[in-house]
Amino acid sequence: MSKLRVLVGVKRTLDYMLKPRINPAKTGVDLAGQKMSINPFCDIAVEEAIRIKETQKDRVEDTLVVTAGPSASEQILRQSLAKGIQRASLIDVGNKELEPLSVAKLLKATVEKEKSNLVILGKQAIDDDAHQTGGMLAAMLGWPQFTSASKVAFEGDKVVVTREIDGGAETLSSPLPAVITTDLRLNVPRFANLAKVMKARKAPLGKLTPEDLGVPIENRLQTLSVEEPVSKRQSIMVKNVDEFVKTLKELKAL
Amino acid sequence: MSNVVRTLGGPLKTPRYAFCKLSLKRSSLLFALPKIKAQCFTPMKRIQVRRFSHSRFVQSNELMDNLKKIQSLEREAEDVDVCIVGAGPAGLGAAIRIKQEAAKAGKEIRVIVLEKAAEPGNHSVSGAVIQPTALDELIPDWKNEPPRHCTPVSSDTMKFLIPGMQFPIPVPPVISNKGNYIMSLAELTKWLATKAEELDVELYPSFAASEVLYNEDGSVRGVATNDFGVDSKGLQKDNFERGMAFHAPITLFAEGARGSLSKSVIQRFDLQKNSEPQTYGLGIKEVWRVPDENFRNGEVAHTLGWPLRNDTYGGGFMYQFGDNYVSVGLVVGLDYPNPYVSPAAEFQRMKQNPFFAKVLKGGTCLEYAARSLNEGGYQSIPKLVFPGGALIGCSAGFVNVAKIKGTHTAMKSGMVAADAIVEAFNTGDVNKPLTIDAYEENLKNSFVFKELYSVRNMRPSFHAFPFLGNYGGMVYSALDSYLFKGKVPWTFSHKKGDAAVTASASSYKPINYPKPDNVLSFDTPTSVARSGTMHAENQPCHLFDSRPNDRQDAYRMYKGVENRFCPAGVYEYVDDETLPTGKRFVINSQNCVHCKTCDIKDPLQGINWKTPQGGDGPKQTLT
Repeated sequence: MSKLRVLVGVKRTLDYMLKPRINPAKTGVDLAGQKMSINPFCDIAVEEAIRIKETQKDRVEDTLVVTAGPSASEQILRQSLAKGIQRASLIDVGNKELEPLSVAKLLKATVEKEKSNLVILGKQAIDDDAHQTGGMLAAMLGWPQFTSASKVAFEGDKVVVTREIDGGAETLSSPLPAVITTDLRLNVPRFANLAKVMKARKAPLGKLTPEDLGVPIENRLQTLSVEEPVSKRQSIMVKNVDEFVKTLKELKAL
Repeated sequence: MSNVVRTLGGPLKTPRYAFCKLSLKRSSLLFALPKIKAQCFTPMKRIQVRRFSHSRFVQSNELMDNLKKIQSLEREAEDVDVCIVGAGPAGLGAAIRIKQEAAKAGKEIRVIVLEKAAEPGNHSVSGAVIQPTALDELIPDWKNEPPRHCTPVSSDTMKFLIPGMQFPIPVPPVISNKGNYIMSLAELTKWLATKAEELDVELYPSFAASEVLYNEDGSVRGVATNDFGVDSKGLQKDNFERGMAFHAPITLFAEGARGSLSKSVIQRFDLQKNSEPQTYGLGIKEVWRVPDENFRNGEVAHTLGWPLRNDTYGGGFMYQFGDNYVSVGLVVGLDYPNPYVSPAAEFQRMKQNPFFAKVLKGGTCLEYAARSLNEGGYQSIPKLVFPGGALIGCSAGFVNVAKIKGTHTAMKSGMVAADAIVEAFNTGDVNKPLTIDAYEENLKNSFVFKELYSVRNMRPSFHAFPFLGNYGGMVYSALDSYLFKGKVPWTFSHKKGDAAVTASASSYKPINYPKPDNVLSFDTPTSVARSGTMHAENQPCHLFDSRPNDRQDAYRMYKGVENRFCPAGVYEYVDDETLPTGKRFVINSQNCVHCKTCDIKDPLQGINWKTPQGGDGPKQTLT
């Protein structure tokens, strides 16, 4: 049976309890001073990696958590170390905006550098809801992907994953290497023990830049404007089709 | 204060206090005119305690039993030099000062700061207009890189409100804000936290200190953090993590007003013995972002009068700072007798007055917060030092109510405590619990006590004169601030604590508060959502009611006062046909915004506010 070298990719997002505020220029979300935390789906990915390490003890050679972001993202890496991940690495991109494609390229370079054979990611980030990074990464690596996983198990050299789909649950399996993205019901993340948080405070972190990985960051998308969703929709009751058409014309929908 | 009385026979430390004798007895004799009988009584005596054998109350016994079992489990322990509970201005001020002074003395002192909020500043609530006295002393070059949104005060106004109108009133010199700065206390706290981490202070947010640990001789050994992963019945969940214990020769309690551990320590060491009971106010505020045409940067405004009645102390405030931010709020003294008053509802309707409405029109409300604050002043300062520990900041109570400022005094108290600690580490044996008497001595000689002494009569004057209520207070305060400046031989006393003053609902009529219009005023669920408050599911309710059997009688007497004093809708009386009054007392602890008003104002004094899991609670950044 091959050894497992697990890579977990995490993202630092606005804390999930906070309501996003749009900046006055309406070009994006105002994050200044707000509490930022690990993306909840990424937290579940970290937890899954730790559980695999605990249940498959002898088989797991290495667990590594990686994030691409500003230097403040160190905080979520240290939290993951405190929970039980062995190593952490920060890809410092300063204050640049990252699109899923760039992140997927950075992760691909990291996978090749670290020789990982199991990548666990959150299915989507709660700020952009893109749901793209996992799929793009799998395609670029040419690996099988299991998205929205709700159960992960190992049978010999195969990984067996149950996914939640619209119709119910689907169970798939494939040999390693593979990419798994986590859904909400996969597990409940543990709390970091304070003693371990204290040790993780001084733990060494790997630091890289996109140039070190040979991946230039290019952004292909430009955000034109950001607006609040329409909060009140009017319900207009109409009596018959003629009135319906008349109302639509008044509202300039026809 | 009481110490001064005792040393009258011998040499006095500070001559100017020589005339402050028998202050308590004398003043109550002078003003022994018949006060309005507000039908106060001690609830303990009047309410019959009836045993309900209802299954609900069996449940709470089950919870307590299970929690006891967990309490007997071993904890991992860590030895540190100084343990500070609470990363607010006092706690962080003390931590920073210890590190600064230790570096000067060439010593290493390990300082740990525990904070229940997810990030320092998330639970910090204040106006705030900061007097930079303590900050200038702690970090003299702070202005080179000030906290975000820090704005120097440009103008100072006071208004008297009546429905629909406002009148200007002169700003007394004692509360003039020249040279002060408007900023968000959350931002200041975050800024102080960064400075503390730079000095290698070990700061652990998301970990609440939930228990004080004692040595065999009764001195404080340290504190322990809360257990994680306990379900609502008190049983261990899969992700259970036992809390950690910190042992230190000195533990500073800097939890803010009515801190939960501070309350237990004050009771245990009887620290309030020679002082009057602490009295409190409840401050409720919102932070708005308003359009350019309404915004007047650096303006500080305070209001008196409407919507509060003559028997309810309080006033509004509106500070404009930073990036078109307006901090608007209302402080209500919790010694109001009318159980139908709802401070949160008063705040919501206050914003309808044109003075506020004109500024807020077209703006967006960003955050909502509420926090209780000390109003007892000089008369209520407890003994500060006990074996192994000390109280700093609002846990003791140094708010200057006349100026409505407590941050500078809190920080200074932290700094004076820090100096005493470093001195003890330099000279004495630190292998045993320290009693830092030097802290209390030096603080008495600092500007903190001098300031509080000079304004000691202003707040109590609002209930010192029978029939005059707030008007009496305003007249006296004007005299005191322009003429006397506190140099008088009398000291007014507070009434008994805020809870005991609550009168029966039968003396009053229900107040018809206007419905929220969702433009300027909002309902409680919307406001609570704006505080970002969250408590992890399936954990024990952190609000312990030690008198659940008496809530039926409490409802008969006060008609649901618990629902009205809480600004977050935590306490409710829901319809229940099976109970004698038709109402059942329900606690929705998930809404809690950590203001501690319930602990203060519950007429039964049965509600005990304890820390929930670390990281829970509000996530405020602009308050």
